[in-house]
Amino acid sequence: MARSGAKTSTLPVVSRLDWWLEASSRFTRQRPLGAVGAAIIGIMIAAAVLAGLVSPYDPLATDYGKMLQAPNSFHWFGTDIFGRDVFTRIIYGSRTALWIGFASSFLGATLGALIGVTSAYFGGKIDLVLQRFMDLLLSFPLVILALVVVSLLGSGMTNVIFAITVPMVPRCALVVRSSALALREMPFVEAARALGFGPLHIIVRHMMPNVMAPYLIMLTAFLGQAILLEASLSFLGLGVTEPQAAWGLMLRGAAVEFAERAPWMAIYPGLAISLSVFAFNLFGDSLRDALDPKLRLP
Amino acid sequence: MHQYILKRLLLMIPTLFGVAVLIFLLLRVLPGDIVELKYAGTGSYAPKEALARERAQLGLDQPIWKQFITWIVGIPRLDFGTSMWTGRPITHEIAIRLELSIELAVMATFVAVLISVPLGTLAAVKQDSWVDYFVRIFSIAGLSIPSFWLGIVIILTFIIYFRWMPPLTFTPFWVDPKANLSQLIWPALAVGYRYSAVATRMTRSAVLEVLREDYIRTARAKGLWERAVVFRHALKNALLPVITVIGLEFAFLVGGLVVTEQVFNLNGIGKLFVEAISQRDYTMVQSLVLLTSFVFIFVNFLVDLINAYLDPRIRYR
Repeated sequence: MARSGAKTSTLPVVSRLDWWLEASSRFTRQRPLGAVGAAIIGIMIAAAVLAGLVSPYDPLATDYGKMLQAPNSFHWFGTDIFGRDVFTRIIYGSRTALWIGFASSFLGATLGALIGVTSAYFGGKIDLVLQRFMDLLLSFPLVILALVVVSLLGSGMTNVIFAITVPMVPRCALVVRSSALALREMPFVEAARALGFGPLHIIVRHMMPNVMAPYLIMLTAFLGQAILLEASLSFLGLGVTEPQAAWGLMLRGAAVEFAERAPWMAIYPGLAISLSVFAFNLFGDSLRDALDPKLRLP
Repeated sequence: MHQYILKRLLLMIPTLFGVAVLIFLLLRVLPGDIVELKYAGTGSYAPKEALARERAQLGLDQPIWKQFITWIVGIPRLDFGTSMWTGRPITHEIAIRLELSIELAVMATFVAVLISVPLGTLAAVKQDSWVDYFVRIFSIAGLSIPSFWLGIVIILTFIIYFRWMPPLTFTPFWVDPKANLSQLIWPALAVGYRYSAVATRMTRSAVLEVLREDYIRTARAKGLWERAVVFRHALKNALLPVITVIGLEFAFLVGGLVVTEQVFNLNGIGKLFVEAISQRDYTMVQSLVLLTSFVFIFVNFLVDLINAYLDPRIRYR
């Protein structure tokens, strides 16, 4: 964000913290819905980081004496088929969701942006080949591509992150490339080239910072989708594996079979998924409106 | 126009060929195959000769390029090979499930259009009112609620309040239309809600954009009824991007079907796909991926055609 800070340098010197406070209070005033989203995300991150302190039980501790208990004052959201506390597992599940969400959207958006900028910078044959390949990836439906990658690598955290990253790359590359095409002709890029800097330096130091707006928009737009995709994969049994706490996984198997006797097992994890994705979408939408209202996402 | 259609159709072939090559290679670079999985399931020790015999039977001992040619040559004759797991022809396995999935997809699209076009238009006409806020939150919620969970909630509501269980077997439309529709409407709603969300947002922004045009001011200035301005002049011109987004979102519909069919226990293409993936049934996975990519590309081709038909300017670009 150093660039935005530089813009204010004509004004009386403002510290970076003040700039951030000013910007976020403006965002809150102008886009209350986005601020609500940001607040929910903040709570989620806090819950994930402090999971050990906030949650009353051990997420993996089974207690067969307390199987399928309805929500009560000891177990706010009830217990599951192994007697594990549902509330605790939802708190710990936010760790899984946030980690996979942030890691895969960061990787996907960054790789996509690099490919998009490279493609725009070189143009010609390199552009054509990269674009054809991105088009090819885009012709797989998102979930199908993620499922194929998981089926190749097997389930588990790292593989799920990779599986979610792959379908995000071409989508970001497409959007960033169209913004970067205009940059290529800019005088500062030409100046950098005249000074004898190589393509790598120009792409990373001069062009990447200038596609920050579409990059951040894509990144936040992916966050919600990534969490949703992780939940779907885990629900299908092709994502995160037991006994790890993950919201999609909590909805699998017993939650559906015992839905009639123990509906809390199916209700709360789904609410957690919906609420967190909702928060990310609210925030992402407002951020897009604030940064670049004309950008149309594919 | 004919030339345009022909050009677009021909351009689909290299893309699909690329998809076929990519998926085929991907499925074969990684270690572990169906034969090992089959024997691992029995739990008994499998002699190397038995594994080799099984591989030879499935054609897995052949060089990769040979396997690829055998597969690709059959496709124009609609012969996708045989399933490595069940041993039955893939065309047959797909055919018996295709009707259900297509019907579900069509119904979900209907649900999406029926929700999104009126809501999006309403939100645009009443911009920044509480109606607009409600529609925007409703559509963002649609993007956020996983369709499989919505499905679980729907089933749960029925079981608890109406003592109704989703039927275990599928009733085709021509056997009993009423039973068929009452069975499929709920999964269609679960998938269609998410599908509608994107279309609602697109309708809203497209109508908003059109409402600022000069010809809308003209229409109002000549004293036209507001309803005629909105429906005849604004909505008609705003539909192009909406149709486009419905085509693009078809990819998400496919994904929605994959999970929703699990929840509602519908034996469709989505369920077949998940099964094939967990069984490492390569021939089945590659054929289904190729099929979904084809449908996806074809739907987008249809969307472009509709757009070109509705807006002659597109044809001459």
